[in-house]
Amino acid sequence: MLILLLINIPLAGALAAWLIRSDTRRPLVLPVVAGIHLTLVIRAIAASPPQTPDSWIYLDAIGKLFLLEFSLLFAACACYAVNYLQYRKERSNQVLCTGFLVCLSAMTLATVAHHLGLLWLAIETTTLVMAPLVYFNRNARSIEATWKYMLICSIGIALALLGILFLAYSTIVAGFPPSLILETLQRYAPSLPGVWLKAAFVLMLVGYGTKMGLAPMHTWKPDAYGEAPGLVGAMLAGGLANCGLLGLMRLCQICMSSPAVHFYQSCLIGMGLFSIALASIFLLRQTDIKRMLAYSSVEHMGLFAVALGLGGKALFGVMLHLIGNGLAKGVLFLASGNIHRAFASKNREVARGALRRAPWTGALFLAGFLAMTGSPPFLPFASEYIFFSAAFSQGHTITGSLLALLLVLAFLGMALTVIPVVFGDPPKDRQRTKYHDTALLVGPPLVLLILLGILGLWLPEPLFRLVTEAAKLLEATR
Amino acid sequence: MNTLADQLLVFVLLINILILGTRRTKVAIRAIAVQGIILGLLPLMTHEFQSHILIITIFVLLAKGVCIPWLLLGALKKIESGEELQPIFGYSGNIMAGAVTTVLAFVFAAKLPLAQIHLGLLTVPTSLATILAGFIAIANRRKAINQVIGYLMLENGIFIFGLLLTEAMPLMVEAGALLDLIAGIFVMGLIIKQISREFSSIDTSRMTALREEE
Repeated sequence: MLILLLINIPLAGALAAWLIRSDTRRPLVLPVVAGIHLTLVIRAIAASPPQTPDSWIYLDAIGKLFLLEFSLLFAACACYAVNYLQYRKERSNQVLCTGFLVCLSAMTLATVAHHLGLLWLAIETTTLVMAPLVYFNRNARSIEATWKYMLICSIGIALALLGILFLAYSTIVAGFPPSLILETLQRYAPSLPGVWLKAAFVLMLVGYGTKMGLAPMHTWKPDAYGEAPGLVGAMLAGGLANCGLLGLMRLCQICMSSPAVHFYQSCLIGMGLFSIALASIFLLRQTDIKRMLAYSSVEHMGLFAVALGLGGKALFGVMLHLIGNGLAKGVLFLASGNIHRAFASKNREVARGALRRAPWTGALFLAGFLAMTGSPPFLPFASEYIFFSAAFSQGHTITGSLLALLLVLAFLGMALTVIPVVFGDPPKDRQRTKYHDTALLVGPPLVLLILLGILGLWLPEPLFRLVTEAAKLLEATR
Repeated sequence: MNTLADQLLVFVLLINILILGTRRTKVAIRAIAVQGIILGLLPLMTHEFQSHILIITIFVLLAKGVCIPWLLLGALKKIESGEELQPIFGYSGNIMAGAVTTVLAFVFAAKLPLAQIHLGLLTVPTSLATILAGFIAIANRRKAINQVIGYLMLENGIFIFGLLLTEAMPLMVEAGALLDLIAGIFVMGLIIKQISREFSSIDTSRMTALREEE
């Protein structure tokens, strides 16, 4: 019942946003829906009804964590949008507001789906509704980005569907009645034929990996993140990429109880390390702040893949990093949206000296960068520390060392851009824009940042239990 | 019963080659519509008659046979169709690649461990061949609209594989997937119109503004 409300309220909000005529009043729907959604999410997390066997829809611990992250990020973006859209009066925000709300509904559906077909449907829907939002700026560059996003993600998602069908077919070959329910597949997994299961795994890794932005399927990511408004970028990096990650986790839940665990683990680690390496190299020479954030997202998605491959203790870190990465990306993208407005540019050659031009935004961008790259006291420090200790204590010395090297490289690469943007001298020859820091443009990312700081130092008991439970769901049973 | 289904699948394979080889986008769109109609009829041939199957047939016929081709033709009308764009490896290269991948699909499918009831059917090789043909069309064509047609072939190939699994895929998910496909093609159609306005061409190889600076 609660779950139905969670899915339908954003849809009702989307309908309302579509029908409201006034561009100034329409964005107000966003924070209202976000507030109701967040309240209901907290109630849904506290309640834990018994799971009926073979049900399509159930909110388990993994789903709860994703749902919490989505709802928090959406609430921040929604409050931010009210003021941000006043700076963008030249365009109608009808499509943006409606798309955002439909996307929230689809993301909620993804977190509760225990039928792989339904999960796929929800993820596909998020891809579709975000496409017009990437095209918000309506120029040649953004249409190019939208086309790449749409084509590459659609192909990726189609491959994931083929993988799901292979998985279902493997149950027929093994002589079971065909099923796509997560728990049923987990039960069957030890006796499913290896060829079909491996093929399904590779296709779904490539498919959901495209959505996450794992290299080499990441090519749409810098373009889409670079051309979309900061607000949309936050949703893409903290919402949509995580939907792909959710798909991958559900796949891991099945595959990790099959005999060929090592094959799956090495696939994940290999692909993850490749993504991190490629992202670190591109971070070193990035002058555009939003494209830089896109590569940082590629890097962190790679980190997730490596940690899922490591298994064991790293899984606890995965669950923490899920929240940490999502919220930190929210801080950085919202701050980068402000910087873009303040300097009318997102290139470090022009957008220099944010600390003097817009002090709050500049400070937020700097702190967000520190949080994202795993500096204490923020939450990503805790999760990245867990990854390293897991890698070294579980005998993956080479993986651990490579990780350390690449993360330092990524830190340097990002610092090369962040430092001039924050501390440089503001360009004198350019006209000042109308932008100035306001409570609604700075407040939402600030709240996210404070949350990251608190969670990095102290994990409340219920959240700790939730994270432990979620990590346990992912553990290999062999 | 299955000989008819197999004959229809051979038609699907021929249409793949036709789409890869044709110069005219309109012909390709009509061909993909015919392929969609064949796909809609296939579940009736391969399964016992059930209301579930009938509903899927109607949905697929409407979506792949009517709605999507109509959207594509609409997009085609809005863009100036003037210049012909050679595929990157030429039309004959396209057809050759299609033929080679079809053969490979048959060889590969013969090695897969299939369930007893599905041995000797054309379903799996046709599905793989259509998916690969879709990839060739996406990679080798330069016009955005031809890439969309390639994407549709890919989707059709996946649908053919899904025929083996109609029991596992609930109607709701199947209908949802079709709806998403229609919405996807609709959005792609809109993007294509914008591309032709911005670049006064739908040659995607001209879109080079977004890349890493050297």
